Amino acid sequence: MELLLVLGVPLLGAGVLAVLGHRRGAPEVNVLVSLATLVAAALLVVRVIRHGTMLVWREQFFIDPFNVFLVALTAFVGLTTALFSRPYMRIEEHRGRVNAQRLRLYHSMYQLFMAAMLLALLTNNLGLLWVAMEAATLSTVLLVSLYRTRASLEAAWKYFILCGVGIALALFGTILLYFAAEDLLGSEGMSALLWTHLDAVKGQLEPRVIGLAFVFLLVGYGTKVGLAPLHNWLPDAHAEGPTPVSAVLSGLLLNVALYAVIRCKVLAEGSIPGVAGRMLMGFGLLSAVLASFFLWRQRDIKRLFAYSSIEHMGIITFAFGMGGVVANFAGLLHMTVHSLTKSAIFFAAGHASQTAGTQRMDGIRGLLLLSPTIGWGLMLGALAILGLPPFGVFASEFLILTTAMRDHPWATPILLGALGVAFAAIFGRVQPMVFGETQSRPLPHSPALLPVFVHLAIVLMLGVYIPPALAEWYRLAARLIG
Amino acid sequence: MPAPTLTAQLLNGFAAGLLLISFSMLSQRRTRALITLFAWQGAILFASTSLVAYSAGLRHLWYSAALTLVLKVFLLPFILLRLVRRLEAQWDTETLLNIPTTMLLGVGLVIFAFGLAQPISALATTITRNTLGIALAIILLAFLMMITRRKAVTQVVGFLAMENGLFFAATSATYGMPMVVELGIALDVLVGVLILGIFFFQIREQFESLDLHHLETLKED
Repeated sequence: MELLLVLGVPLLGAGVLAVLGHRRGAPEVNVLVSLATLVAAALLVVRVIRHGTMLVWREQFFIDPFNVFLVALTAFVGLTTALFSRPYMRIEEHRGRVNAQRLRLYHSMYQLFMAAMLLALLTNNLGLLWVAMEAATLSTVLLVSLYRTRASLEAAWKYFILCGVGIALALFGTILLYFAAEDLLGSEGMSALLWTHLDAVKGQLEPRVIGLAFVFLLVGYGTKVGLAPLHNWLPDAHAEGPTPVSAVLSGLLLNVALYAVIRCKVLAEGSIPGVAGRMLMGFGLLSAVLASFFLWRQRDIKRLFAYSSIEHMGIITFAFGMGGVVANFAGLLHMTVHSLTKSAIFFAAGHASQTAGTQRMDGIRGLLLLSPTIGWGLMLGALAILGLPPFGVFASEFLILTTAMRDHPWATPILLGALGVAFAAIFGRVQPMVFGETQSRPLPHSPALLPVFVHLAIVLMLGVYIPPALAEWYRLAARLIG
Repeated sequence: MPAPTLTAQLLNGFAAGLLLISFSMLSQRRTRALITLFAWQGAILFASTSLVAYSAGLRHLWYSAALTLVLKVFLLPFILLRLVRRLEAQWDTETLLNIPTTMLLGVGLVIFAFGLAQPISALATTITRNTLGIALAIILLAFLMMITRRKAVTQVVGFLAMENGLFFAATSATYGMPMVVELGIALDVLVGVLILGIFFFQIREQFESLDLHHLETLKED
């Protein structure tokens, strides 16, 4: 029941918003639908806490602590982004960058995107997981090109083609996986595509086929995670799309794609122990290092933080690659705090570039004078993402680093180096944007920065104190991943 | 090794036909002819899927064969042809294309694909197992086509050809995926093409051409 609500509400909302068009109330309806999704997700969480792991609807849906936690996070950030997008898109409309027709598309696709991500998280069927990931890409392509500028069209095209190819490779991986399991589980029904069934027999799968399947799955879904060297689409799509879309892409979609990779990794570890983990570690480190150096070359504020997302996804991938309860715990925590912090930063950065009238960082100056809330939001967000204590990012990075020191000492200096380079690059750029003089004028509509501070407050809390219930939950999920 | 049955021989024939079409797509410069080739590829895919469905007696494969016929032989080529007609791009030709080199690269890819699929085909129990290498080759050739072409429509045809290869892989290695998944994939492909249709018009409105070399300005600066 709760499951039906979680998936049905955003889907229905997409339909309603498409019919409703852009009336006065559309942004509010968008917020309400997101709120309803969050409530449904909360009910689902309560249910899983009470009754444990559940398999629903002929085992097509599978809810365990690992994915229900991501469902809750997705619904929460979905709501705060909807709250943020209300004044943000109003200002964009005021400036003539979007019209009523495009706002209708925007609101409707936003909810469709949420529905696709939630389906990807909840399904037990690897085939449906693929379909949902592709649907998530398709629903955001037109959002990235919402402004119809040359640059945004180019970004959307790149996004479509690169992610399309990536996801086609993932489909080939899924077919190979099905092929490997078919002998054991039979081709009747869908048994050989159900993750729970595959998980039960993962030790007996043919290693050669699984190895090849995992390479395809990792490269395929990894493209959507933004892992180097297939990360090219990510900065463009983040920089050229509307800011709420950048926030959900960075905060949510990357997580969902990573979730798919991890589910596949759990299966692959059964027949090729250690290999899958090492591959994740390699890709993770490469992404983190590459992204931290690319950070230095950025002039656009949203591109800067898009590269920072690649860096953090690399760190998280590395953590899951190491495996073990502590590293997985840290990875899950980092997924949470990164998603909250990064979306908060995009909210602040979006309003900052609206105030300055440009996304170029040398045009954004003196935010504190114009609007202390935007200024502090950006500053605190940047400090949080850079892993300064007492924010939650520090806690998770600390755990990842100490685990790396114990299990894989060679990786520690590389990781530390990447973090240091990223710190210098981001701090050096954010500082002059926040402080200093300015000639820009304040915004016509007051920005909604409540979500920024709510997110940052949660991240701060997670750094100082993780509620026992949440910690227990993370531990359960970490043990599931193995 | 026992002599291959008629069904197996026919299937190998179809597989060879698919591969041949992939090569001709790789060397075809005209947009319109390319779409026709894509429709033919769909037709062969339909024939081979029906044959597998008939010989293995699997009902759900008949459904996916029907889906292939409707979607890949008629609907998608029709949508694409209409699009290029409305965009007045049907006689577009690609000038920057070195066919001999592309062909050589393609042959290399086919050898690579066969090498990769060899150990896996040996494990398959289906009558179609020899064709997994060809399926992989089709995917890689479509990939090559997407890399070497600069027109938006051709890239999309490449993308769809890749999907054909995936579908062929699914039938050749495993007698097809479960129906729900296949329907979902078909829906995604259809929606994808529709979205791209909208996209073509947007690109054209902005750049007055469907040439993708305009879309190379977003670089690191």
